[in-house]
Order: sequence, then C-alpha cells, then structure tokens
Amino acid sequence: MEVPGLFNYWMAIVLMMAGLYTVIARGNLVKKLIGLGVFQISVFVLYITMGKIKDGTAPILPASGSAEGVVFSNPLPHVLILTAIVVGIATTALGLALVVRIHEAFGTIEEDDIQAIEESEA
Amino acid sequence: MKEKPILRVGTKFLIPFILMFALYVQFHGDFGPGGGFQAGVIFASAFVLYAIVFGIANARRALPAGIRRLLLSLGVLIYAGTGVLALVEGGRFLDYSALAAQPVLGQHLGIFLVEFGVGMTVFAAMTTIFFVFASRDPSAREQD
Amino acid sequence: MIELLDIVILGMMVVAALAVLWLRDLFAVAMLSGAYSLMGATLYVLLDAVDVAFTEAAVGAGIATVLMLGTLTLVPRQEKPGKKPSLAGLFTVAATGSLLIWATLDMPEYGDPDAPIHHHVAPRYMKDSAAEVGPPNVVTSVLASYRGYDTLGETTVIFTAAIGVMALLARGRRRKP
Repeated sequence: MEVPGLFNYWMAIVLMMAGLYTVIARGNLVKKLIGLGVFQISVFVLYITMGKIKDGTAPILPASGSAEGVVFSNPLPHVLILTAIVVGIATTALGLALVVRIHEAFGTIEEDDIQAIEESEA
Repeated sequence: MKEKPILRVGTKFLIPFILMFALYVQFHGDFGPGGGFQAGVIFASAFVLYAIVFGIANARRALPAGIRRLLLSLGVLIYAGTGVLALVEGGRFLDYSALAAQPVLGQHLGIFLVEFGVGMTVFAAMTTIFFVFASRDPSAREQD
Repeated sequence: MIELLDIVILGMMVVAALAVLWLRDLFAVAMLSGAYSLMGATLYVLLDAVDVAFTEAAVGAGIATVLMLGTLTLVPRQEKPGKKPSLAGLFTVAATGSLLIWATLDMPEYGDPDAPIHHHVAPRYMKDSAAEVGPPNVVTSVLASYRGYDTLGETTVIFTAAIGVMALLARGRRRKP
C-alpha cells in the first residue's frame, strides 16, 4: 500500500487548521492554549515528513561495520523539531501561568467575560 | 495519602527505576535515541510522581527551592562555560575540538558536558514549573 | 504496512484534534491533547525520527498533560457553553488551508530521496560526523556540536521560562483591590 505523494502534508494542514480554528473561535483561554499545541504538533509532523526518505532508517550509524548501502533519513529536521518541542513546553507553561494569574485577577478565563469586566471598569 | 498503601509502595518501588532510566538516557544519548532534554524531563517526572502521591509539601522538602534554582542556573552555566573553555583553549566558542589533544576526544568531552548542562537545566525547570503550579493556592477559585 | 499505519495514525490525530475543538469539558480536552501528542510520537517513530518521538512522548504527552491538569485545579474545568461558531474564523481557516494545500502541490513527494532538503548539509553530516564528532547518533552530533549555538539558545529559553513562571506564580497570590 502506498501513501499518496502529498497525503502527509495535507493531513498536517488539516490538523493545523483545526488548531487555528480552536484558537480563533473558542473563548476559553486554556482551550486556546491547547489549540496552539495542536497547531504546533501539526507543524512538527510537516517537518518530520520532509525529513523522511523512502526505505530509510533512523539516523544512527551502526556501531561497527560500514554504513554502505544503508539509507538514513535526514537528521536535520529532527534536530530542529527536537528543540522546538522543548521550547513549546516552555511557552505553554508560561501561557498557563498567565492564565492562572488572569483567573485570579478576573475570576474567569472566558475571553468575552474578561472583556465585559474590562469595559464595565473603564 | 496514608490510606493508599499500594500507591505509596508502588511509587517508592518505581522512583529508583525512573531515575536510573533517566541517567541511562542521559549518558547513552550518544549511541541511541536520547540526550539531555529527554533525560531531564524523565528525571523530573520521578519528582512529579513523588509530589502527586506524597503531597507537594513533602516533595518540596525532598527537593528544596534553593537546590532547584542552583541547578537551573548551573546547567546554563555549564553549557556556556564549555563554550568559553573552548575559547580559552584556543578554539572558537563551542568548538569542542580544542578541549583535548585529539579533536574527537575533545568533541566527546564537549558533548558530554553540554548534554549534562542541558539535562540539569531541563530537570530543574520542569520540577520548578510543576512545583510552582502545584503549590498555588486554589482557595479563592469560587470567589465570584 | 508502515504506510497503512501512517494513514491510520494521522486519521486518529485528526479525530482527536476535532474532539479537542468540540468538547467543553477541559479535563477531557487536556487528556485528549496528551493522547494526540502520543499519537504524534508514534508517527515520528514511523518517520524514522526516534529522538523526536522520545522527546514528544516525554514532554508533550507527559509533562505538558500534567501541567494542564495542574492548571485545571486552579481554574474552572468547564468551558462556558453557548459560544457561536465563528463565520469569520471558518472563512479564515478555509482560505488559509486551501492556500497552504495549493502551496504543497510544489512540494517533493513523500519519501523522495531527490528532494532539495536532502542535498544541502545533511549528506555531509551523515558522511563526516563519525570522523569529525564521533557519536553514532547523528542527531546528537548535530544537536550538541554542529548546531551547539542553537541548543545553547534553547537551554536559555527553558531557563527563562522557568524564571518567568516563578515570577508569575511563586509569590503569594494577590487579592483583588
């Protein structure tokens, strides 16, 4: 069974759009952050798909013997995404901390409620 | 949590293995999948498990804030320090080949130090973030 | 077989993403995002990115989910009902999505060994890293040695994020004036 040539990219874009729509259309701040996470992983899928070579294997050289004739997938996207994942958790943690503070200040984490409170105070 | 003996004994049984696995991932990262980022997170997960089962106060006693802050900054310092050391030894910043007589040995030493620094910072950051979240007072949640 | 798994996992990820969008119980949403992340990790194994899969499983499915649950002990667990679907949002998403799909038509096909990405610095890393750097795991060589600057920056980001979270939450909570 063959994967149609661009199938993975299209699925990554579908996931990306699901995340984007969650960020745009949902008012709950935690939900927005999770939507960003969905978006983020879709970008990872896109990059990792680009690094794959058909019949390739993980870019770990054999301990002994030559690697002649072995196809390795491209390690460069792996490095980029590995660091991106860790930065992703750092930003998510910071975002969640901000959400907690917003909840303490306003008593709600719904976007439109916060806006209503701000307008009534202004 | 005194009334859940299976959870407590199971946790105490698991934690050494989690820590051991984290160390394996840290020091075996050159040869297989793994490295400082993953090892730091796995090492931190042992303390997260401890905090969930035995309570955050006990976990804070096991890993005081001072030690966490020290490790947090020490990790970055080790990383940048390795770079500066290479500079002092006559190479360029983060050019580990200058660290030893043979370039490959120097690379090996450099990668070891750098990954160690990464693991330390990631471990301290993850535990700090979790502990800070877990000790936040939720009492005023229903004030509205 | 691998290709079939690829399709099935991506399909499951789409279902999880739509369920995240649909559900209002934030507890369920947090667990689903953990499952979504784990499915992503499985997909990376299929795509030969074992290091990335390892990190995703430990960070995305582990710590991120725990942090979400930790946050949900401090904030309400239900999303407010009655939010209308956003037409402007749907339009934006549809337009962006179709533009992106149009852009992928120029991309090299899945697994194509002649794609430009495989003919830049990557072959050199694969060929010379054993002699120049040493570790059999090329990802480690590139991460720690060839691209050491990046990783130093990354570590600093983690450091800064931890400081930021401490600054935001470690002090006693302030009451409303």
